[in-house]
This record gives sequence, C-alpha cells and structure tokens, in this order.
Amino acid sequence: MTVATTALRGTPPDLDDTFAALADPTRRAILERLMEGEASVAELTEPFDISQPAISKHLKYLERAGLVSRHRDAQRRMCRLEAAPMAEAVAWLEQYRRYWEANFRRLDALLDRMKAGEAAGAGGPSTGVAAAGDASDVADRDGHGRLDGSDE
Amino acid sequence: MTLADTFTVTQPSDTEVLISREFDAPARLVWDAYTKPELVKQWLLGPDGWDMPVCNIDLREGGTYEYRWSHPTEGSFGSTGEFLEVEPVTKIVSTERMEGFDGQSHVVITLREQGEHTVFDMLQRFDSKEARDGAVATGMADGVATSYDRLEGVLATLK
Repeated sequence: MTVATTALRGTPPDLDDTFAALADPTRRAILERLMEGEASVAELTEPFDISQPAISKHLKYLERAGLVSRHRDAQRRMCRLEAAPMAEAVAWLEQYRRYWEANFRRLDALLDRMKAGEAAGAGGPSTGVAAAGDASDVADRDGHGRLDGSDE
Repeated sequence: MTLADTFTVTQPSDTEVLISREFDAPARLVWDAYTKPELVKQWLLGPDGWDMPVCNIDLREGGTYEYRWSHPTEGSFGSTGEFLEVEPVTKIVSTERMEGFDGQSHVVITLREQGEHTVFDMLQRFDSKEARDGAVATGMADGVATSYDRLEGVLATLK
C-alpha cells in the first residue's frame, strides 16, 4: 500500500485511518460486501483468494478505523459496516471528482477552440491564445443568436 | 465511449489521489492549456460560478506560480506553489499550497499521446489532512450528501 508513496519521496504519515482503510483493494471489497448486509468472517473470506487470518487482519484494521463493528449473532461473530466515518472521506473524494470533472469539461471545449484556431490560422506557439480569443467571439455571436431567436 | 468516460479517480495510497483523463488533442495543446495563464484562466475554475482573476506562472524549475479564484458570494481563494521539475510537453512536478490550509501537496502531471488523443495523469500527494481539505476548498459550497449509493459508487470507482 505504501509502495507508490515511498517511491515519490520518503514515507509520509497516515493522514487518517479512514483513507488508509480505503486505500487497500481488499478492504474496499470487504466494505462493499458489508454494504449488502452483515456477514461472518467465513462469509467474508469466501470470495477472496486469501486466508481467513489475512481477512481477520484487514477486519481488525477496519475495526480500528471505526468502519466495521463486530457482534455475536447466535453462534457466529458477525461483522457490520459502520458507514458514518466513511462519509467524510467519501464526500472529499466526490468533491475532488466533481472539481476536476468540471475543469476537464471546460478544457475539452478550450482544446476544441485551440484546434479550430490552429486549423484556421497560420500555426505556431501563440495560436492557442489567438484561438481562445476567437472562441470567445464565437460565444458572443451565439449569445446574440439566442437573443434574436427569443425576439421572434 | 465519450472522453468524459475516460475520467478516473483512484487512490494509490492513503495520502495520494490519481486522476486520469483523455483529451482529443495533441499533447502540445494540452501542455499550452495547462501552462499559459491566458488559457489556464479559461478552464481551471472548479465549480461553476468561480473565475480566476490572477494566474501567474513562471514555468521553469525553481519558478513559482500563483492562482487566485473569486466567486460573487463565496469570496476569493488562492493557491501558490513551486515548479520542481519541468519537462516540456511531458511532465511537471510542483508543490501546491492552498491559502488558509496548513501543509502542502506534491503534484505530478504527465502527458502521453495515444494516437490523436492525449492522456493526462495527475498524481497528487498530500502532506497533511489540512492540505487535502484545501484541495476541494472551492467545492465545499456544493454540499455533497452522502448515501449508501454514493459510498458504493465511490468504492467502485476506486478500483
């Protein structure tokens, strides 16, 4: 889990337990399974190609992070998802995704304008800037077009 | 499959987030869009309603940049950083500090041409929880609600 991190520069501290828990694919898979309902350790181990002790270790990790709780149901120890601590981490990821999604949609449009400007213009390093200028002219004309339309 | 479908967010570790997206343009245009202030101002805005009155970029190793965004009701917000590595049309490594949040992040951008498309990867590593919070500061007004469906969706996209 920390391989990619150490490759960058040293080993940074864990920012928090929730993100650390989510950063591992097996633990994410366990959490996904628990979203369908409670499960015993044996049931959780079944779909994975790893041993029950290894799953138990992941469960202890998730328990420490407050993401999973355990209780007895008849003869079995059942695991249950505690979703609340995950909410903050998930909200962050969702914000991050939305932030960049919005940026990239605008970047798509900008790149289209730059390509159009390059095709129309003489080329060269400043073409992109000229294209962007042209594009805002186009946007203005579109604006007038819509206004004219609504007058009719 | 549209270009928007090529967008992925993954979490290589608990301190890193990797986003990847394809663009229908050669790498040199994506590079320009990412490094020329008059172009950056047109798209690096975050949620709707924000604009970017300040964008200074001194693109060289050891050079710095300064971004400032403003919103009619949310106020203004800035970030600054230093370029640690600049390989034209291929790679930029920089730091990023968000105003009002302690700590910083390291950002590695790579561009890779694939046919007529360019794959844009951005790996961001946060040194502190505050720096991580700062990375979505302008998006906070969105008020993302959390539901089981959303949890499931996010877990699925992290794969």
